[in-house]
Amino acid sequence: MIHVISAEMRKLRRPTLLLSTMAIVTVLTALFTFLTFWRVGNPNGNGRRGEIVTAQFLSTPHGLVYGFNIVAFLLGIVALCIFASQTAQEYTYGTLRNLLVRQPARMKILGGKYISMILFAVLMVLLSLISSILMAYALAGHSHVNTSSWSTSAGLSAMATSVGNVLLSVSCFGTIGMILGLLFRSPISAIATGVIWFLILENILAGVVTSTAKWLPGQNITNLTTSENFTFSYQHSLILDGIYIFVSASIVAILFKRRDVAN
Amino acid sequence: MAISVTDLTKVYGERTALSHATFSVPLGTVCGFVGPNGSGKTTTIRMLLGLISPTGGTGTVLGHNISHPEKYLPKVGAMIEGPAFYPALSGRENLRVLASLGGFDQAVVDPLLERVGLGDRGGSKFKTYSLGMKQRLGIAAALLPSPRLLVLDEPTNGLDPNGIHEVRSLIKDLAEGGTSVFVSSHLLSELEMIAEHLVMLRQGKVIFNGKTADLLSAQQPVLIARPEYSVDLPKLIEIVKASGHELTSHDGAAHILSPADWGAALNRLAFEAGITLASLTSVLPTLEETFFEMTGDSE
Repeated sequence: MIHVISAEMRKLRRPTLLLSTMAIVTVLTALFTFLTFWRVGNPNGNGRRGEIVTAQFLSTPHGLVYGFNIVAFLLGIVALCIFASQTAQEYTYGTLRNLLVRQPARMKILGGKYISMILFAVLMVLLSLISSILMAYALAGHSHVNTSSWSTSAGLSAMATSVGNVLLSVSCFGTIGMILGLLFRSPISAIATGVIWFLILENILAGVVTSTAKWLPGQNITNLTTSENFTFSYQHSLILDGIYIFVSASIVAILFKRRDVAN
Repeated sequence: MAISVTDLTKVYGERTALSHATFSVPLGTVCGFVGPNGSGKTTTIRMLLGLISPTGGTGTVLGHNISHPEKYLPKVGAMIEGPAFYPALSGRENLRVLASLGGFDQAVVDPLLERVGLGDRGGSKFKTYSLGMKQRLGIAAALLPSPRLLVLDEPTNGLDPNGIHEVRSLIKDLAEGGTSVFVSSHLLSELEMIAEHLVMLRQGKVIFNGKTADLLSAQQPVLIARPEYSVDLPKLIEIVKASGHELTSHDGAAHILSPADWGAALNRLAFEAGITLASLTSVLPTLEETFFEMTGDSE
């Protein structure tokens, strides 16, 4: 397995992928955190979907990672795209046959690929966190936000919880990306399906028939990081997403193990 | 045996890609794998490498059953259906990915690039390579494990004459070093020059499995008799037919299916009939001619 991870890391660390992804993630997080702090007190809102986030709230232990939390969904979409493309490209480039000749244990290929992409996602999340923290401290004075609670044990605990939940959310989106990549065997189809579903179809469904939100995978993944917008519990989302991902991952893993590699 | 398959069959829906193929490849030989497009060559190679599962039949590679490719693939190098690499990575980095995956020493990468003539372009991205360079990189990747068996699918595609000569030399060198080479090619003249053993496929079935020399010797040589004056050709044809030999005539010469030692008798008969032969040559059919005759393929 360690050989597979090492090989996959070589592919993931190529500058065009690594630097551009990390730059996008860092800039996006900094931008959202900047807008939240800069527009404090703006009657048109400064938070997610126009909600008003006050300086008082930002001064709580949760204030430090507010900007980090609101980009969790976008981080998830980035992870979905990367996991999907890195998986499906093996089919479109025809490189899967090389991988399987050098490592015929298909589950090791799948496992090693997954672990390496999770490591990539961890780096992405940590950079996003750092970017959010730096921007929050930089603008706290301008926004009259009191930072004293951020470094308390409650603040650190809130940060640890937030990092854990964002990592979980990003991993869920990434896993779904990998599942789509294995299913469609084409990066474009896999990414398009994932993005259209999570960004458009789920929002329409949840908006038109609100009761469906409780059962939609994307809504439940988002609930792991931003529970205040949802009527269903964190535990419900955790269990439901776990079931969805376990079942779909098992199906594609069996397909990957048994399917002929004919391209 | 390097490779041995019995009744190997692959069926896709209603299409039979390979039907009850039985052949063997001795260890330490260069074995050519020939067949028209769609005859089942690549399907066979994929089954040998564990990429697709057979519908029926059995096989062994380096003594291990093909249902357990993990037991023999660490000693097998392969290039299937042309080189496939990551376009955004350099040639060197592509080889390093495969070396990491196979657990091979990274130090073998640069010497391999040198060996296939890519020493100065190893740092260039794969997408900037010419077809010939991509092919060379594919061969380098196949050599990563210092293989006991090398499986090459059309290795000379896209190479210039110099490159083809180099690949031929490389295959000969590897065979002399004890590596078994299983090489498919549509360039039959290539295989005739390097393959001691031959497996021929047609429409998913093995039509020949044996030594190349045996295949060639199985074919009757052709005597080409050209009279000094073309007006004598009909008379010469009559003489040949009267002797009970089959022939065709074209380009002002009689092409007679007969052993070379009948040439002296023909020369005497022609002389007695007042015909002077400008030339009398015994020719062995090339592998290509033999192949077309056996497969009925006119291309």
